[in-house]
Amino acid sequence: MSILVLGLGNILLSDEGVGVRIVEALDASHDLPDGVELLDGGTSGMDLLDMVADRDCLIVADAVNADGPAGRLIRLENENIRMLFETRFSPHQLGLSDMLAALCLIDKAPRRVVIIGVVPQNLSLGLELSPAAADGRDAAVTMIIDELTRLGVAPTPRLH
Amino acid sequence: MTRITIDPITRIEGHLRIDCEVDGGKVTKAWSSGQMWRGIELILKDRDPRDAWIFTQRICGVCTTVHAITSVRAVENALNLEVPLNAQYIRNMIITAHGVHDHIVHFYHLAALDWVDIVSALKGDPEGASKLGATLSDYKANSIPNIRSVRDKLKTFVDSGNLGVFASGYWGHPAMKLPPDVNLLAATHYIQALEVQRIANKIVTILGSKTPHIQNLAVGGVANAINPDSQSTLTLERLYAIKALIDQLGDFINNAMMNDVAAVGALYADWTKYGAGVTNYLSVPDLPLDTKGTVFELPGGYIPAGDLSKFQAIKSYQDAFFRDGVKEAVKHSWYEYSGTNAALHPFDGQTTPKYDDFHDDGKYSWIKAPTFLDKRAQVGPLANVLGMYAAGHEPTKRHLTKLVEVASKVAGAPIPLSALHSTIGRIAARAVRCAVLHEALQNQWQLLLDNIAKGDTRTFNRPVFPKGEVRGFGYHEAPRGVLSHWVVIKDGKIDNYQCVVPSTWNAGPRDQNDEPGPYEASLIDTPVADANLPLEVLRTVHSFDPCIACAVHMVDAEKRPIVQIKAM
Repeated sequence: MSILVLGLGNILLSDEGVGVRIVEALDASHDLPDGVELLDGGTSGMDLLDMVADRDCLIVADAVNADGPAGRLIRLENENIRMLFETRFSPHQLGLSDMLAALCLIDKAPRRVVIIGVVPQNLSLGLELSPAAADGRDAAVTMIIDELTRLGVAPTPRLH
Repeated sequence: MTRITIDPITRIEGHLRIDCEVDGGKVTKAWSSGQMWRGIELILKDRDPRDAWIFTQRICGVCTTVHAITSVRAVENALNLEVPLNAQYIRNMIITAHGVHDHIVHFYHLAALDWVDIVSALKGDPEGASKLGATLSDYKANSIPNIRSVRDKLKTFVDSGNLGVFASGYWGHPAMKLPPDVNLLAATHYIQALEVQRIANKIVTILGSKTPHIQNLAVGGVANAINPDSQSTLTLERLYAIKALIDQLGDFINNAMMNDVAAVGALYADWTKYGAGVTNYLSVPDLPLDTKGTVFELPGGYIPAGDLSKFQAIKSYQDAFFRDGVKEAVKHSWYEYSGTNAALHPFDGQTTPKYDDFHDDGKYSWIKAPTFLDKRAQVGPLANVLGMYAAGHEPTKRHLTKLVEVASKVAGAPIPLSALHSTIGRIAARAVRCAVLHEALQNQWQLLLDNIAKGDTRTFNRPVFPKGEVRGFGYHEAPRGVLSHWVVIKDGKIDNYQCVVPSTWNAGPRDQNDEPGPYEASLIDTPVADANLPLEVLRTVHSFDPCIACAVHMVDAEKRPIVQIKAM
């Protein structure tokens, strides 16, 4: 099984970078079994194609524009994702959706795509998450751990 | 008269808005506006200059590498710090592999669909397309089964109603002119290019330790040691693996991409009359071959008013002609300078936002308006290729001559060099530059190998920061043109940092003297057949390879129609 957990976002714009912060937090707190990789993808699109190609499962962590209070978690899987691209949800979706569509053209799209999103509060210049997005980050890490556990590749908490 | 507003204009990155007034089927007035504010300068203040590159490579998702490289060059320049030869060669290979990747993706995946009709490609005949390919090169992947499988795949995609990347295309637009077989051959290379760009990206990943966001970099050199025998460092085995990847890239660039671009140029020859815009061309030399940055593999410099005989070379990392020539104006940008209305040199640059609304004759963009010698200048592959040609760079002359020959053959009439001052010229120059960069990548690989064979394994010189103030600038001929970072360091901390990026040069609004920027000037007289489907405007803007996440920063994600039309 080959799984990529991909964090997207611009860490220079506070909560916009929450996806990257989720991947950093998971990396700092857990060891991952073979077959699971983490990637801080920043705001890249086509540059990620090589890392995403041919995965059994792609888990994307990102900030999403959606109703609800800041910090709220959103989980989308396969069929709902097309709708996501049509309604311009995440600021990175142009790059991400182009990249996934390109992978379909060369028969290398991930078999399964899950998006775990956090509704941002503050998108202004800065490196820190808002308190709401920091809570969202922690909840998203738990959700990703559950996701991986269901797939039979549970991360191991790191002892400090 | 009609007013067209296109927002956002890019496929992947940034928020660029273009407004055009169209009268009598032609663009009569144009505005280019960055719809995002960029504040990297403020994040960097008071930080350690050795860390600046880690932040600057986050400005943009497409150009991470180039901002990292330019940042360390600026700090090294401030310290007069020499960079070991191995580190120069490794950086040069990262730069060239990244540039090759960027140019392939731009042509096939961002620009080609303005010229190549994917729906028409479905009507193409694989046998005819393969024969056509054979008249241009002996590229083996132009086989009939290959082309047929691409056509079948596209058909499945289009029939499914899920057009994905092709959804925003202007299929069947009257300005689409290629015959179905040509469309099919180009579409085949579009699909193949998706695999080829991965090869270039692999080279960046091996040398940069990670992508996106390379890790193998430091002020003073590169972070990773070289040890011909150790597994954990850059080994000969890895270097030979890179060589194999470089060779695979060459086959595609020289036998598929160069010919596709030549054919598109020849069959859209009328587009060599449109889009010249600003013909003062600025480029910088790159790929340093010594530790100080005084000898370069690729030349660069300034060409005033399109006159190649007046080319003036930029010669070193200390070059005063470049350093003193750059200014940025904000008369039409949403910023204000304290104490002055004049354009400012980047060392004295200020980043104080002053937003109100979009004013046609006032402020209308988050992008500043840079000038060189107080005039607007176009940057990018066309400026670079013309500069290298004027400097007598042999590989540039060879690849350019070859492309013009193929285009002339397809057109059935000789195409003059002056045709390059155009929308098509920018696309053609990008392909030529891609071939030149690929050749340079081979050269840099050999230089690195030879230098290691001499017993030199040095990769890093430790930076030392003096008390008091030092200033430095670094430049890089990035895929979209001249990128420069300017840093003022006080007691070892960043006091001021300014990035003057390629898309600022090209997409900037009117300047201090109300002179339009390159995007704006290039759109004047562009024909527009149907204001509701302004494909022609997109062709010219896309030919610059717009990417303005770095020129500005993001605010808006509202659902709005991309094209708005208003009768006036």
